[in-house]
Amino acid sequence: MIMIFGIPIQAFLGQLLIGLINGSFYAMLSLGLAIIFGLLRVINFAHGAQYMMGAFAGFLLLSWVGVNYWFALLLAPVIVGLTGIVIERFALRRLYNLDHLYGLLFTFGLALVIEGSFRYFYGTSGQPYETPELLSGGVNLGFMYLPIYRGWVVVASLIVCIGTWLLIEKTKLGSYLRAATENPTLVQSFGINVPFLLTLTYGLGAGLAALAGIMAAPIYQVSPLMGSNLIIVVFAIVVVGGMGSIMGAIVTGYMLGILEGLTKVFYPEASNIVIFVIMAIVLLIRPAGLFGRDA
Amino acid sequence: MTDKTLLSVRDLNAWYDESHILHGVNLEVREGETVTILGRNGMGKTTTLRSIVGILRKRTGTISFDGTDLMNRPLHHTARVGIGFVPEERGIFSTLSVEENLMLPPVVSDTGMTVEEIYQLFPNLKERRNSQGTKLSGGEQQMLAMARMLRTGVKMLLLDEPTEGLAPVIVQRIGEVLQTLKARGMTILLVEQNFRFASKIADRFYVMDHGKVTDGFDLAELPAKMETLHEVLGV
Repeated sequence: MIMIFGIPIQAFLGQLLIGLINGSFYAMLSLGLAIIFGLLRVINFAHGAQYMMGAFAGFLLLSWVGVNYWFALLLAPVIVGLTGIVIERFALRRLYNLDHLYGLLFTFGLALVIEGSFRYFYGTSGQPYETPELLSGGVNLGFMYLPIYRGWVVVASLIVCIGTWLLIEKTKLGSYLRAATENPTLVQSFGINVPFLLTLTYGLGAGLAALAGIMAAPIYQVSPLMGSNLIIVVFAIVVVGGMGSIMGAIVTGYMLGILEGLTKVFYPEASNIVIFVIMAIVLLIRPAGLFGRDA
Repeated sequence: MTDKTLLSVRDLNAWYDESHILHGVNLEVREGETVTILGRNGMGKTTTLRSIVGILRKRTGTISFDGTDLMNRPLHHTARVGIGFVPEERGIFSTLSVEENLMLPPVVSDTGMTVEEIYQLFPNLKERRNSQGTKLSGGEQQMLAMARMLRTGVKMLLLDEPTEGLAPVIVQRIGEVLQTLKARGMTILLVEQNFRFASKIADRFYVMDHGKVTDGFDLAELPAKMETLHEVLGV
């Protein structure tokens, strides 16, 4: 048997892949958080709830109206994005002139209300969501058995991350977003409707969370608490990557997912805390984060 | 130049938080005219421009532009009615390339310059169009801040201290650019400490003191005013 650093290569590569899959969700979620924080200066604690809503939207679309996974993949982000737009337009907007803490507290409260409501109707036990037929089954990679759906998640998340990055770095709309992140008042004086841009951005961030949610539905069970379990780790990733850095959020998401997976091989006891240990170290050495600019 | 009044400001009062900065400013700019506001630091010149644009929201009085009342309009309507603002700090974006900075403000009318015309006027910007916006020198950043407004087709430019901190040769270049714009019929309201620079391009002057316009005169009257100006401006 081939060994690598004293452990079987199968176990090593297996955990690497599991880490990559977790990292795919981390990257998509921290990306949305970074976009929202960059422009709105709001630490969106409702992000986990919006991820959960995405998964539930997929689940309910299927069980109520028979909408399959592929349509849910489009519809769930739109539905949750629209709720985000309503939240920004009627509530969040009123808090911009106050201390950032208010935005954090509001979205935190919102997350509790949303999760509590879903728990009231669906309890805490998860609802199963079947893997779409096209992506069921798996392939034997030699070192491990890879369920096709998980491979799809890695590819799809890469496409989403790169697509979002291109949208922000290479398009006209992206240049509005970047400029408004730097100096919203001046950008508005140029004739760009910045308040509308903020609404749109919150909707986009919420929609990204929902997209991750519907993609997670066949892997993890659809449960009201699925977001709150994940979101604390994602916040740690955003801190490590640097608040508001888009590329930082993506790269750090994958990186820490893989690192977490590898820790499971080498020292399983530490796998639940490794991301937080790294966050603490990064905060001590580079408070602005690995990819953040010193403010 | 025509006799039509483009910008009219009446009894403008403005506040930063609790401090009352402008105490009833009155001024007018006619179409095609270049007007300079003179005054020492802290007399309310920048505040006047920021209030007209609508960046400073705590204001009373009337501001009308081309027959449109600007007081109750949101900030993003100011450019759409035809006012382009070039702030003192220039406001070049570091996360945008030079060309992205140039293309950022939306076009509001078809009277603006084309990108080719702008690059002809500012060849440096063409050369460095792929650089990061804030990697430009101070003078180039000032050119870029002006250039991006010329593309939009605004009728009027509000320029806040465009020559501040720049080398004489760059100041001269900015003067030439402003002459070119005047020749094209652009209306300009300029806040300027550099009196020599202002006297070469302005058709008319206002003097501000303690949040009020205390004097206004044509270029022809300038020689007669020099002595009082030296006192008021401390130059």
